[in-house]
Amino acid sequence: MKRRHYDEMHGADGDVRAHFRALADWLAETPAERVAEKRREADLLFHRVGITFAVYGDDAGAERLIPFDTIPRVIPKAEWDAIVKGLRQRVTALNRFLHDVYHEQEILKAGVVPAEQVLTNEAYQVSMLGLDLPNRIYSHVSGVDLVRHEDGTYYVLEDNLRTPSGVSYMLENRKMMMRLFPELFARQHVHPVEHYPGLLLETLRAAAPPAVRDPVVAVLTPGQHNSAYFEHAFLAQQMGVELVEGGDLFVKEGFLHMRTTSGPQRVDVIYRRIDDAFLDPLAFRADSLLGVPGLLSVYRAGNVALANAIGTGVADDKSTYPYVPEMIRFYLGEEPLLQNVPTWQCKRPQDLELVLDKLHELVVKEVQGSGGYGMLIGPAAKKAEIEAFRARIKANPANYIAQPTLSLSTCPTFVEQGLAPRHVDLRPYVLSGKVMELVPGGLTRVALREGSLVVNSSQGGGTKDTWVVD
Amino acid sequence: MLSRVADRIFWMSRQMERAENMARILGVTSNLVLLDTGKLQEQNLLAPLSITETEAAYRERHDKLALPALIEFMALDEKNPCSIYSCLKWARENAHAVRWLITSEMWETLNATWLEMRAIPRSRVTGAGATAFFDWVKERSHLFRGVTYGTIVRGEAFNFSRLGTFLERADNTARILDVKYHILLPSVEDVGGALDYYQWAALLRSVSAFETYRQLYRDQIFPIKVAHLLILERRMPRSLAACFDQVKEAMARIRGQKDEPAKRLAYELHARLSYADVEEVFQGGLHEFLTTVLTDIGELGSRVQRAYLGAV
Repeated sequence: MKRRHYDEMHGADGDVRAHFRALADWLAETPAERVAEKRREADLLFHRVGITFAVYGDDAGAERLIPFDTIPRVIPKAEWDAIVKGLRQRVTALNRFLHDVYHEQEILKAGVVPAEQVLTNEAYQVSMLGLDLPNRIYSHVSGVDLVRHEDGTYYVLEDNLRTPSGVSYMLENRKMMMRLFPELFARQHVHPVEHYPGLLLETLRAAAPPAVRDPVVAVLTPGQHNSAYFEHAFLAQQMGVELVEGGDLFVKEGFLHMRTTSGPQRVDVIYRRIDDAFLDPLAFRADSLLGVPGLLSVYRAGNVALANAIGTGVADDKSTYPYVPEMIRFYLGEEPLLQNVPTWQCKRPQDLELVLDKLHELVVKEVQGSGGYGMLIGPAAKKAEIEAFRARIKANPANYIAQPTLSLSTCPTFVEQGLAPRHVDLRPYVLSGKVMELVPGGLTRVALREGSLVVNSSQGGGTKDTWVVD
Repeated sequence: MLSRVADRIFWMSRQMERAENMARILGVTSNLVLLDTGKLQEQNLLAPLSITETEAAYRERHDKLALPALIEFMALDEKNPCSIYSCLKWARENAHAVRWLITSEMWETLNATWLEMRAIPRSRVTGAGATAFFDWVKERSHLFRGVTYGTIVRGEAFNFSRLGTFLERADNTARILDVKYHILLPSVEDVGGALDYYQWAALLRSVSAFETYRQLYRDQIFPIKVAHLLILERRMPRSLAACFDQVKEAMARIRGQKDEPAKRLAYELHARLSYADVEEVFQGGLHEFLTTVLTDIGELGSRVQRAYLGAV
């Protein structure tokens, strides 16, 4: 059975949509060889610049490029403005929720979100209880994944509030497109995204302890062998701040310091790209070599800021996700502008029964899973896979949620046979500081295999430049 | 600047300079071996191993001392930490760790060099393409140094890069001179005697000083003048004195804490090389002089490490 899906470029009548017009004309006029040649050039440039993802092992040759597609995904400004409104609303509510669950817990008392759902969650951090954060912001950088259903409606697939990655590809993809196809940018106004690092730095400085006048910011990375190291380095460079590893930092007299060539220097804000569990071996995983002993005590004393805060995972967990529309109503008294995908929670007996009955139609995910691992896509799975998954769900229902298989919109993409529609999603980045900021665009991920709905780079996904146009 | 970062930049620059020096030494060795078939053959082949103190490691891997095996070992052997291959690999690896701080041109230069290195067929390097390969290494090093000088902000990254480059270069010049001197002039009395012109010319060429010698001295090649040129002539950019002009300059710009031991030794070495007299150096023994300098360069490296770069 062929599924219906929303075509980003063409309307139901087959005509090119207005906002794709300029691109379509250019494609029609430009010889295929030239485009192909530019694609090879892009590959070469990405390799040379070392924009790599994936595992960086002992052999430097193990670096892989994240496939870059030269056909941009285009979004009209009005549509983007509506997305932004929805994102602002959603991330505001999520930050309110995080403050609440670590303070008065009104939403739990009101029974809007089940208390046990929050308090027993693995990502809930007791050490955050009662801690007041500047501007009450927990998720300074949020990456909200959006997909479009067959009628074109945007749905939120997940909220990434821990250490969402990928923004460097948004920036590098744009740089590459402007370098390869300057004439395309002359044809229509594409809203710029290049100011993202400046906004990020402002956001981080706003997170500093209030007493600090000129905060020192650093990016904390697990190191150069981490799969997202390129991005950590890129952002530190673009912001003009230090890129530190755990070993560069130490706690002395209640403050966090870096080891420098001219002695210790204080650090006020850490944009950390390592998980909660590895931040401080004294407080969390004792075997962590990535963190800084004593960091949590400095944090709790209010002498250093962490972005994002510790314990944000309780709000982006897949089992918390179904409650986000209720959070918006509870904290803001508004109706959600962006829709949630209908979600069945297998921990509920009636939901479980329905899910087990329709496994071949549904997408089933682990509540703590990410990166496209540990999920079942019913319509694409073999019978044996479905049965194996059924057994796993039955063994631990609370570990799974299920959603209808969304069709995901498609965007023209270069594949071996030429241009063909491939499924895409969209991750805009929301910065929350004294004010909330977004750049017009985001990361469009594309599933390069025909029919595939999995866009994760770890599963063979690629990326596209994302254009917001007037 | 973060100590770890300074350490990476310091070593990135040293490795690249080392790769270049290795290419120079091997280039000259290849020429000498082709010119000479006599008893100096073995000494010429041994020189690169003596300079890098890797003769034992070589003997473990190769039965015979022969040019292709030597080039294989010094240029391509992944297990030899002094090989050009290893130097380029580590220069790139260090750059990778600090790519956010160095300019993208610097990173791209080292990354492209490494990617090209990996793509070069081994047989070409050990065969007829050896000279072209050595030239390529030198060019990449020139490019890297030029790109660094031309793009990086004048701050600690620049200072540590310069420090690494010129400390490494001083070390190499001293070693080349010491090994060649040792072989060619077993006793002080021979100084100034008639010696194999090609050997000295080759030594000069290995540090790009052949034309400079002619320009500055307008004379035949005499060992004492060669020594003067390579040790004390600060107009010659690979001489010890010139290297220490740069080392001192870099050290003076670095702002540290408790770094007196490192600075004291750097300035002392600079003064020694500025005011030495070549006749006196020869009277006291060139080898002895160079040995002391090499020991002090090593000690300076350790003190720099302790003062700025963190524990080894």
